[in-house]
Amino acid sequence: MRLDNLTFKGGIHIPDHKELTKDKAIERANDPKMVFIPLHQNVGAPCESLVKVGDQVKVGQKIGDSKAFVSAPVHSSVSGVVKSITTMYIPTGKKSECIVIESDGQNELFESVKPKGDLDSLTSEEIFDIIREAGIVGLGGAAFPCHAKIVKSDEKKVDEVILNGAECEPYLTCDHRLMLEGSEKIIYGLKVLMKYTESKNGFIGIENNKMDAINAFSKVIPEGSNIKLANLKTKFPQGDSYRMVYAITGKTVPQGGRCKDVGVVVNNVATAYAIAEAILEGKPLYERVVTVTGSGIKEPKNLLVKVGTTIGDLIEQCGGFNGKPGKIIAGGPMTGTAQFTLDTPVTKCTSGIIVLTDEESKPQPISECIRCGKCLEVCSVGLQPLFISAYSLKNNFDEAEKYNATACIECGACSYVCPAKRPLTESIKHAKHEIKSRRKKS
Amino acid sequence: MEGRSIDPNSGTIVLDDKLLVSQTPHLRSNESVSRIMLDVIIALTPAMIGSIYFFKFNALKLLLVSIISAVAFEAGIQKLFKKDIKVRDLSAVVTGILIAFNLPANAPWWIAVFGAGFAIIIVKEFFGGIGHNFMNPALGARAALVASWPGIMTNYINPDGISSATPLTVLKTGGGSLPSIQRMLIGDIGGVLGETSAILLLIGAVYLIVRKVIDWKIPVIYIASTCVMLAIFGVDANSILYHVLGGGLILGAFFMATDYATTPVTPIGRIIFAVGCGLLTALIRVKGSMPEGVSYSILIMNVFAPLIERWTQPKVFGEVK
Repeated sequence: MRLDNLTFKGGIHIPDHKELTKDKAIERANDPKMVFIPLHQNVGAPCESLVKVGDQVKVGQKIGDSKAFVSAPVHSSVSGVVKSITTMYIPTGKKSECIVIESDGQNELFESVKPKGDLDSLTSEEIFDIIREAGIVGLGGAAFPCHAKIVKSDEKKVDEVILNGAECEPYLTCDHRLMLEGSEKIIYGLKVLMKYTESKNGFIGIENNKMDAINAFSKVIPEGSNIKLANLKTKFPQGDSYRMVYAITGKTVPQGGRCKDVGVVVNNVATAYAIAEAILEGKPLYERVVTVTGSGIKEPKNLLVKVGTTIGDLIEQCGGFNGKPGKIIAGGPMTGTAQFTLDTPVTKCTSGIIVLTDEESKPQPISECIRCGKCLEVCSVGLQPLFISAYSLKNNFDEAEKYNATACIECGACSYVCPAKRPLTESIKHAKHEIKSRRKKS
Repeated sequence: MEGRSIDPNSGTIVLDDKLLVSQTPHLRSNESVSRIMLDVIIALTPAMIGSIYFFKFNALKLLLVSIISAVAFEAGIQKLFKKDIKVRDLSAVVTGILIAFNLPANAPWWIAVFGAGFAIIIVKEFFGGIGHNFMNPALGARAALVASWPGIMTNYINPDGISSATPLTVLKTGGGSLPSIQRMLIGDIGGVLGETSAILLLIGAVYLIVRKVIDWKIPVIYIASTCVMLAIFGVDANSILYHVLGGGLILGAFFMATDYATTPVTPIGRIIFAVGCGLLTALIRVKGSMPEGVSYSILIMNVFAPLIERWTQPKVFGEVK
């Protein structure tokens, strides 16, 4: 069964530039000589190092962990020697302690990296432990620890598991390629999630600009299966989990709530792939597919990259810069973070490295709001970005709160359409931050 | 290779220049304020050409005087207030055209200058400039002109130069004869420059709707609710057609009731605004002493716009009450 043309209210159409890499098969990136593995690669608590300078480590060995529930361990992506533990900037723009490992080029696997057995024979506790120990986080970009998202609770039963294959961000094709090349593993990962959460139905939501991926799945899903394909209209931000849940199930996640509140768990297709590998091969999450693209890149590619490889290494492997680079973005161009150096390491949630040319990244002059109302039309949350932004810019955060600033999902659609080029998303983010820190104080 | 060089010590690439770092999103659409204003100017062009065709040099003179003085007043007042000069956004040009469109063809040139000054200085810039004015500048100017020089502002001539009553005045007072519907559509009738040709205005309106500069709902609902209200007042169907094509209803509905700054920004608010304009227009035309009611209806609703906006906040996704 296929669900066709599902969508949500609001949203925008953006030229997607996916043609640069969508037909390019995933290649393994060159082995890095040195990796810089951040100890903070999830939205929760940072890890503490389990190794010290001079230690020998192997591929897949756990090198950092935390006692906090909302956190995920990190693993070495190479075999070699720990050179130092130092503080570096990571792609989110924040600083994190990083374990610097010099690779011996052998890529020797750690002893624990071996198949975990048949899915049917695994208990749900075992599945939970495998996912946690493999350090799996949401690979769509949010990096929420997977075990903390799916954990069973008596009051919140899960009816549906949705795999998010929308990939609504322009330029990115890492999920698209993974869906084409790893559809069976993704289905396996979905079955693991459905078994653990005891949910009745599984869905894979894919935007209809990726018909080849939809067709690839329909070949491997048997008739009458409780896994269904959901064909979604191509519209940004379809990949936002609330929009995804609404489009596929018609359920509305309450403001400030989680998808689980309405009995749904949403995971990225790449996360499901990582779960499958964690069980089938016992492989922790130490590498991922990264789309290196943009008109500022000579040869755009989809690369399978070891966590800790620097952005500069990847750009070099893609033929270097094409013209003068203006902006380098980690993640998608709508929600990703602009980088100021080539030395930041790739983390578990780096879905893309996008290089925009100097010409493309020139900031456009900001003018007065003309109240055209386009930001209201495109806001999928139903907010009035022009008012929240105006209050935020006047430091009137109480009024911004009354206009539901905290419900903003920071998708950037309002800023994208604004003819006056106003800093809407930017100022609303600022308001959210202020409101939240005030709430903490009081 | 441009933009990068190889560090001889490490063999890796280094950046020659600093990278730009900014907040999300990193992509922006090609739309701009001046592009929107240019679209409005393009949409008004057929009617401008029409008015010059019908009223010859008089129309050309009023259009030029009005546009030039609107732009000059805006640049001058912004310089005086030590603000950035923003005439490049073309909004003053739009105001200039709309002021000329609200003048009778035989109006003297200084009327246009006064109108442009009132619209730009008092209505627009005194309230904070583009996006901040609470009423439509061109209509504000028209109201000031009608109040100050009622004789000049209601002395209409036909394209042939003979002074005549407008079709709506004929309907209201009964004197004189009505032009045919064809002449109403083409614009070969008496009235202000911009209200004459329905067809030329509609061509521009369709362009604006296709370009997504305006939402079709406002003008269509405005005109529809005017018709319904007129019918309720007992106006016969044939006269309603004259009401739609005459008296600047099409100009007002498509080009003035859709003004961003002075109408509610919420989708439901815009519909309420349009219905209100329609009801008031019919009320003024049938029950009021004036034959024409578009400009005052829109001005009155302009004043209500913030209130309507407040009442019609959109529903927030997943709102917890």
